[in-house]
Amino acid sequence: MRKAYLDHMAATPLDPRVLEAMQPFFKDIFGNPQSLHSYGQAAVDAVDKARESVGRLLNASPEEVYFTASGSESNNFALKGMALANRERGTHIVVSAIEHQSVLHAVKSLERQGFHSTEVPVDKTGRVDPADVDKALTKETILVSIMTANSEVGTVEPAAEIAKLCRAKKILFHTDAVAAAGNMPLDVKALGVDALSLAADQFYGPKGSAALFVKKGVRVLPLIDGGIQEGGRRAGTENVAGIAGLGKAAEIAGTQMDDRVARMRALRDHLIDGLLGKVEHVVLTGHRTERLPHQASFCIEFIEGESMLLNLDMKGIAASSGSACTSRALKASHVLLAMGLDHALAQGSLVFGLIDTTVREDIDHLLDVFPPIIQRLREMSPLYTKYLQEKR
Amino acid sequence: MMYTDKVMDHFQNPRNVGTIPDADGVGQVGNPVCGDMMTFYIKVKDNRLVDVKFQTFGCGAAIAVSSMVSEMALGKTLEGALQITNMSVAEELGGLPKNKLHCSNLGADALHAAIEDFRAKKEGRAAKPAPGAHEHEEECSCPYCDGPLDEHKGVCKSCQVELAECPHCGQITNARGEKCIHCGAEISPS
Repeated sequence: MRKAYLDHMAATPLDPRVLEAMQPFFKDIFGNPQSLHSYGQAAVDAVDKARESVGRLLNASPEEVYFTASGSESNNFALKGMALANRERGTHIVVSAIEHQSVLHAVKSLERQGFHSTEVPVDKTGRVDPADVDKALTKETILVSIMTANSEVGTVEPAAEIAKLCRAKKILFHTDAVAAAGNMPLDVKALGVDALSLAADQFYGPKGSAALFVKKGVRVLPLIDGGIQEGGRRAGTENVAGIAGLGKAAEIAGTQMDDRVARMRALRDHLIDGLLGKVEHVVLTGHRTERLPHQASFCIEFIEGESMLLNLDMKGIAASSGSACTSRALKASHVLLAMGLDHALAQGSLVFGLIDTTVREDIDHLLDVFPPIIQRLREMSPLYTKYLQEKR
Repeated sequence: MMYTDKVMDHFQNPRNVGTIPDADGVGQVGNPVCGDMMTFYIKVKDNRLVDVKFQTFGCGAAIAVSSMVSEMALGKTLEGALQITNMSVAEELGGLPKNKLHCSNLGADALHAAIEDFRAKKEGRAAKPAPGAHEHEEECSCPYCDGPLDEHKGVCKSCQVELAECPHCGQITNARGEKCIHCGAEISPS
């Protein structure tokens, strides 16, 4: 059976070159980077090299890159670290309604420490209007956090525009670029951001390895107190293998970016046009053009996400869904609801994420097996029967 | 795999899918907010279910449960069919993941609602409302044991934790806890 892994958002496979770059640090080069002897220095060299690679990917200086253990940690570090360090300037934070839980819940945590926040809405394509951000800014606002792109609906946000209006008012701007970094070109100087989160596992690097860019001069308090690692801003012995893997993944992404983006975009458009052309009552979620190059997401009317995922899995296709039934809490995705989709439609959510080994035949396989699955589930659905009766 | 082979079999090859245009009774429960909605159609002859058909909008468990219920009910007397419980359906399927147990509630409820509809029509009265009609998504499952929550919000029937809506984030949390398990806000015990 043909297999196609189309769940980039959940995990990407390790690039073999990344694995190779990591391997020495599990066994031979085991030293602690804080040690002064040669064992330690070999580890320091690896960490330094990785910091340079990540800096190069973002057009940042190496010393502006802080290694963390996950995209969630980077987001928490940015939000809490910047808010607490700048508290005397104000206590108001602005985020969008479709941020990742690690941003939204970090804000909730800050609210318990005396901060307050505003969630700006998104339109039906999942885009934040910079004018809405502008309206939300008050004299008390010290920090704005709007994601670079949303993994669930693929929409790329106008981060540079928002950064610009924040800069004009001397308000710090953080962007969660976990879904975007390594998959589309990012330049922290062109974006004009003060902080940016990224994670290796979203671009063929290892899980448990991530980073936060913090612009030189921006005040940020550590989340983890302890030793002097990461310039005293993130204590704890370095995950040297993971950091080396992130560095290699960043290096590969940087050198292959244009090709990666062009290839992904062509396959993505083939998937989107193919499915919309083949099946009726399918809605593309997110923006059609301002979109991650490797992401295609839909809501399939009258049927539910989990039953589609199980059927696709039987055909060798791995995807994901934002439906309530696929989440442990049985709640539909906050992103889809913020975009104004009704609950029934949100239940039919399906998210495809292409990886760098995806080929056109994988998409063709999906386009072959998916329409009959949809048809079969619709024939079983009382909502579809109701629709057909009302149409008559 | 989170589902048993029997669940997967009923999911892949559901029995008795469809509608009965001249049904003697129709029962519909659930709503798309919780992700599941089921409609059962029955034909009754001499107090027996001579035909049972269903349609389901929902997850793998919901489809498997509907199929199982239809198979268990077919040929039974009305009284016998009313004996089919959520528990017996889940058992017959070899078990369901905890957070999917509420799907089995819907299956039996939908069948019972169809029988109630038949009886009400026969007796010329209005059918009693079907149970299990979830109003709010927050009421779908207990955050502690993933068991089903219904409109009797307060105590989770499955794990007996006392529940309340967090005044801060609006999600369901432990009423006796000091802090909301979702957002960490202080909860004053009421």
